[in-house]
Amino acid sequence: MEDNLVLEGLEVVYHKPDTLTEAPFHYCPGCGHGVAHRLIMEVVEEMGIEEQTIGIAPVGCSVFAYHYMKIDMQEAAHGRACAVATGVKRLLPEKYVFTYQGDGDLAAIGTAETIHTVNRGENLAIFFINNAIYGMTGGQMAPTSLCHQVTSTSPYGREEKAMGFPLKMTELVAHLPGAYYVTRQAVHTPNAVRKCKKAIRNAFEYQKENKGTCFVEIVSNCPSGWRLTPLDSQKWLEENMLPMYKLGDIKLPGKD
Amino acid sequence: MTKEPLKPREVKLMKGNEALAEAAIRAGMDAYFGYPITPQSEVLEYLTIEVPKRSGLVLQAESEVAAINMIYGASGAGGRVMTSSSSPGISLMQEGLSYIASAELPCLVVNVNRGGPGLGTIQPSQGDYFQSTKGGGHGDYRLIVLAPASVQEMADFVFDGFVLAEKYRGPVLILADGALGQMMEKVDLKAEGSLPKTVPSWATRGRSKDRDPNIITSLFIQPEKMEQINMRLQAKYKIIAEKEVRYEEYHTDDADYILVAYGLSARIVRKTVDLAREKGIKAGLLRPQTLFPFPSVRIAELAKHAKAFLDVEMNAGQMVEDVRLAVNGKTEVFFKGRMGGIIPSPEEILEELERIDEKIVAYQE
Ligand SMILES: Cc1ncc(C[n+]2csc(CCOP(=O)(O)OP(=O)(O)O)c2C)c(N)n1
Repeated sequence: MEDNLVLEGLEVVYHKPDTLTEAPFHYCPGCGHGVAHRLIMEVVEEMGIEEQTIGIAPVGCSVFAYHYMKIDMQEAAHGRACAVATGVKRLLPEKYVFTYQGDGDLAAIGTAETIHTVNRGENLAIFFINNAIYGMTGGQMAPTSLCHQVTSTSPYGREEKAMGFPLKMTELVAHLPGAYYVTRQAVHTPNAVRKCKKAIRNAFEYQKENKGTCFVEIVSNCPSGWRLTPLDSQKWLEENMLPMYKLGDIKLPGKD
Repeated sequence: MTKEPLKPREVKLMKGNEALAEAAIRAGMDAYFGYPITPQSEVLEYLTIEVPKRSGLVLQAESEVAAINMIYGASGAGGRVMTSSSSPGISLMQEGLSYIASAELPCLVVNVNRGGPGLGTIQPSQGDYFQSTKGGGHGDYRLIVLAPASVQEMADFVFDGFVLAEKYRGPVLILADGALGQMMEKVDLKAEGSLPKTVPSWATRGRSKDRDPNIITSLFIQPEKMEQINMRLQAKYKIIAEKEVRYEEYHTDDADYILVAYGLSARIVRKTVDLAREKGIKAGLLRPQTLFPFPSVRIAELAKHAKAFLDVEMNAGQMVEDVRLAVNGKTEVFFKGRMGGIIPSPEEILEELERIDEKIVAYQE
């Protein structure tokens, strides 16, 4: 398509948010990271908080989130995003701070940082992209991989007795008094995307109240890691991920 | 809690760890993150009492891993930040320090060295010299390493450490030991608020419309770019090596024997020098106050006239390698060390010096 295409007389109803850079996403076709990035940046733009928001990128496929998100950002060591975010938020309590982390980052190597950040009720948002696999390193088993799921390090399927059970980090942190808002969303259908955006918005809005940590899990596809086409990955997500990781709110403000 | 007014310059009797913590507040520290470990827990304890009444913030982290990454975040947000620990905890911080060095974030890290390896002993040691001066974590990087030898320097080096960290945008390490942390001495504390502070332009504090986003990262995936970053770091270390070397000398003018020691060992060796001179052996002490950069140039000069060097450490012989590199074969370098938390006595070092003296005199005759 030509860049200078002018659609005269038409009203713009949808556009790329100015809070995203011009850099094209490097994500694989069908991957949920691009959608999740965009939703977060749409919310930042709609709330007009791009000058007051600091994001923390993880190590994982989204390590380059700062190439796309047009805000001040820090890239944390693998698993340490919550600790880095704590440092930023404690220093700048008036600013909006969020982490963006995969399941390996947040629920394996960074488990302690995640739990203690929520337990302190750090007033920040954690966006947790659960694709049940290590995408960046080539499809190894994640703590969230499903029972019997075949990955490059569970080639005969995840055998729970030897390899552990799928870790429901979101349910786990919901038990902590420091958690203010905990929800599980997805980005695989238009309807899910709309709901997910609302949840992301809540996670930013609640930071104004200074009541604790907002934790939004986003169940996401990894067609490359799962060795499926993007379309088949949608089906696999619905049939396998969602029964284990049920969508919906887990902890709402004022309803403990 | 109502805030206390800024403290004036004061002379006090204090523990090394407490003097260091008090100096940090006086130096305008914005944030401290740390995890308890003997023999330095007094730093965190002192700060949890004082900071709420004074300025800054203090947070007990869930681990040293978390603490050093909180340091990363808060330094990246433009804060003047410090953490402290002892050997096992400092080992846990190495990954973070490598990231901090690469992302070029100023911060002050304090290691109150205890005996190792492993869980070791809580007694004083200098076993972490290699880890402190040669990188410690992965990749080619250095920490500026300050080695105090008194409670006074425990306090003064906090000010110097913040200045150096901010000047060179990188991590500075104060390498003390359990004895310096625990002992009480008179300390002349600088006035609070005397160290100027500016918010760095690169800090992530929210992007204003007139600039591109500030990004704190250590990821440079193109090897060409990564090499450039490495070259920039190396250029910086070269400038540091030229400009920031600090050491103290005692009776080196006419010395036949140069004893080299840092920190607590240097205090003991000072006594050895006095004892040796009483016996007619002309000994002198060179005490590096910076371990990186190392006073190699001065050691090379002294090597022209000295009959021999004796390096004394509370380890199996670590700094002695740097002394040998500086002496570069011009004269002999001997080593005397005690390990595992044992502090050598001035007398046993003197015995070693006497043995060396006999050998050298016999050789010359
Ligand atoms: C200390 C350390 N260990 C291991 C790695 C290698 N590594 C990079 S990303 C990653 C896992 C990423 O998986 P996840 O967090 O689920 O994110 P995804 O790539 O799936 O989005 C691993 C193991 C690393 N960079 N650092």
